[in-house]
Amino acid sequence: MAKVNMTVNGSPASGDVEGRTLLASFLRDQLHLTGTHVGCDTSQCGACVVHVNGEAVKSCTMLAAEADGAEVTTVEGMANADGSLNVIQQAFQDHHGLQCGFCTPGMVMSAAALLKENPKPTEAEVRTYLEGNICRCTGYHNIVKAIMAASGQDVGAIAAE
Amino acid sequence: MPKDSGIGASTKRREDIRFLTGQGNYTDDINIAGQAHVYFLRSDIAHGTINSIDTSAAAAMPGVVRVFTGADFEGVGGIPCGWQVTDRHGEPMQEPAHPVIAQGKVRHVGEIVAAVVADSLSQARDAAEAIVLDITDLPAVVDMKAAVAEGATKVHDDLTSNLCYDWGFVEENKGAVDEAFANAAHVTTLELVNNRLVANPMEPRVAVGDYTRHNDESTLYTTSQNPHVIRLLMGAFVLGIPEHKLRVVAPDVGGGFGAKIFHYAEEAFCTFAAKACNRAVKWTSSRSEAFMSDAHGRDHVSKIELALDAENNFTALRTETYANMGAYLSTFAPSVPTWLHGTLMAGNYKTPLIYVNVKAVFTNTVPVDAYRGAGRPEATYQLERVVDKAARELGVDPVALRRQNFVTEFPYETPVAVAYDTGDYHATMDQLESMIDREGFAARRAASEANGKLRGLGVNCYIEACGIAPSNLVGQLGARAGLYESATVRVNATGGLVVMTGSHSHGQGHETSFPQVIAEMIGIDESMVEIVHGDTANTPMGMGTYGSRSIAVGGSAMVRAAEKIIAKTKKIAAHLMEASEADIELKDGAFSVAGTDKSVAWGDVCLAAYVPHNYPLEDIEPGLEETAFYDPANFTYPSGAYACEVEIDPETGKVTIESFAAADDFGNVINPMIVEGQVHGGLAQGIGQALLEACAYDENGQLLTGSYMDYAMPRADDLPNYQVDHSCVTPCTHNPLGVKGCGEAGAIGSPPAVINAVVDALQSGGHAVDHIDMPVSPSRVWSAMNS
Repeated sequence: MAKVNMTVNGSPASGDVEGRTLLASFLRDQLHLTGTHVGCDTSQCGACVVHVNGEAVKSCTMLAAEADGAEVTTVEGMANADGSLNVIQQAFQDHHGLQCGFCTPGMVMSAAALLKENPKPTEAEVRTYLEGNICRCTGYHNIVKAIMAASGQDVGAIAAE
Repeated sequence: MPKDSGIGASTKRREDIRFLTGQGNYTDDINIAGQAHVYFLRSDIAHGTINSIDTSAAAAMPGVVRVFTGADFEGVGGIPCGWQVTDRHGEPMQEPAHPVIAQGKVRHVGEIVAAVVADSLSQARDAAEAIVLDITDLPAVVDMKAAVAEGATKVHDDLTSNLCYDWGFVEENKGAVDEAFANAAHVTTLELVNNRLVANPMEPRVAVGDYTRHNDESTLYTTSQNPHVIRLLMGAFVLGIPEHKLRVVAPDVGGGFGAKIFHYAEEAFCTFAAKACNRAVKWTSSRSEAFMSDAHGRDHVSKIELALDAENNFTALRTETYANMGAYLSTFAPSVPTWLHGTLMAGNYKTPLIYVNVKAVFTNTVPVDAYRGAGRPEATYQLERVVDKAARELGVDPVALRRQNFVTEFPYETPVAVAYDTGDYHATMDQLESMIDREGFAARRAASEANGKLRGLGVNCYIEACGIAPSNLVGQLGARAGLYESATVRVNATGGLVVMTGSHSHGQGHETSFPQVIAEMIGIDESMVEIVHGDTANTPMGMGTYGSRSIAVGGSAMVRAAEKIIAKTKKIAAHLMEASEADIELKDGAFSVAGTDKSVAWGDVCLAAYVPHNYPLEDIEPGLEETAFYDPANFTYPSGAYACEVEIDPETGKVTIESFAAADDFGNVINPMIVEGQVHGGLAQGIGQALLEACAYDENGQLLTGSYMDYAMPRADDLPNYQVDHSCVTPCTHNPLGVKGCGEAGAIGSPPAVINAVVDALQSGGHAVDHIDMPVSPSRVWSAMNS
């Protein structure tokens, strides 16, 4: 067991972990931040994406011990200070970019990372960036639309609704 | 003007707030104080005799609570099958025992051999490695036709063969069908495979069993589409727990697509073990476990023949299908290739004579059961592929051939036992043609060819039977359950409502769409209505969500209960306003007396029901709570026309979807935004089947596609934007909302459009390819072009 200390969603967090404990497990089981989901065991689905020191990371593929001292942001830390949905979250609701909600935390975190590095992505760039996030419900159409809308671009040309 | 609330409004989903902020309550988020964890040791061989299982070392490992094997489940019931099919000779299907933990033999990779319960999952997993298994390998049967050949190894020694049933439908029509083929001017024949798929909801299955000794009550938290069905099956048939001592909770569920309908061994295990260990027991599936333990879908091998007369009218249809059941019968497995498949073989066409033969086969593979569409995609794919091939053989336009044979008069009795109440297949085809610029296709093809690519256009229709299902009908067809739905509407004293429904939402947005209906009926704000679902303790006995049934059956139950509420509130209002009940009108949340200016608000009437100081107590009881059970009179029949354009790179064989258009008739629509989202998701799964997905076994029964590294899930960059339309509306005639259901349409209608387009593209390049099996991977396409 080793002690880890990190800042999660702006607050200090610590715990004792085995060497094999994954960051996703630490967040879910010890910090009870169950918004981060685990949908696969091969780093393919992206439901577990969080930000570590500002970078999008699949938390099922990182050891909790590796995050010692890091700044971690999960989906629970994404809303505005007053608790309202942030611009990405609001766009997902406005454009029906989620159905069952299970992939959604990872989608929101990946979308935030994308828009940070590419504030006005093309539709093709959004689709390519989401290669590491699987959604089984939406067919991606409305996720892509939501992310484009969150970037401030006109999505009227993207069909439906 | 689009409405901004009530029926027909694209109300934003209220459930999104918790999902977008990480506040969802999925089963894996549930932890019970003192819970233990189970790790299942699963068979890594497809078929073998269990000689011994030595658990002594494992039981002594740190943190281990108890190790279970099949021996611990002797005397416990097996996993039941909910549907019995009668074969073409009048005999019941062969139905093997389905143990919770393997007994004597293992029959597929992934079958549970032992279970370790420990304080932590890591300890359970570590201990499982110390279990010593002695299993003698037996030959595995994987290929269906080989499985039913003379002398094949039997999956179940106590059955006469690997044939579950040989079903003929309609058996009495067989002679007439054969005669029509003998007299046909043209016969088109096609052999095809409907590829085996894995449903893959993004949330893996989870089960948490809990037990309280003081009152002998068991609770199961589980990822289910139908908690009441699980309670009935597990309580009555597996563990012998009466319903009043068993609660099943399915909280937020992360997608289902059919795979979470069925009762699984892990659910029974966790409930059983919680009592045996006197502490909660939790299991969370890994994705690898999901691939080898979630029921798979599809896996049909079919031959279909279409007979036409000299004027290109369809005169008869004949099919022979081998349907894989896997090693055991999952909950609804026998119904999928029969009643959910054979009854749809008429499609949109007035073919007068149809005969469907289905041979269901046991193999050493994971059980196969319903996956989005369930039987209807298999029927549609065969039919729409053979019609397209016929058009090509006859040199006629495939759309014109379809139109010529459309059913145009309703109600229409098909020769395969169902009656379509409404539809307008020309209208959806007209709508589709207006969406796809068919005239411009030649120019688009020329542009593709100028870039060295091939371009194809595929068009098809579909019809499905949804709103499952009339209980008396399915009872005759072998269902061991009724398929009604239930709702309780509780009005609170100040006028807010709670609807407790037997339907279950796992992505469909019921918490938003169901209140739209109630709000419309009463004329109140949608926010005054709350939906409760997913817990047998606080919802009436209902059958859950699958078969595009929630709004058509569950919504209808809710309407019926609300109608009872409204009738009672009108009596109260009449009393309060000293008027005749017949003169009371309810509009915009207020009761008025016709022809007067008297009015009383909805909330005041509700309050009077709970504070009955001035109340007709001699006529009606206080309180406002009503329950309705709604059993549909018929299936509903959504229909539509779909078109796909593909481009093929001849250098690599890679197929790219250039556009996809869907024109559907879902009857009336409650929330267009949600309906369109359902279609998008269905299309993605259908396109995924056509383009990418295949669950593969080798000849030894080893699962080759056991993770997302090997099983190609559709990603954002594999799929196009979709054009969807549901403006063609022929309301269902037999439910109060006129709705038909929309959840499965996309998955049913889209695979043939893709393959029709691929064949069109290949033929345009001079390749003599009249069929290519799904998924149309680059290697398959390249091989077809270069063979």
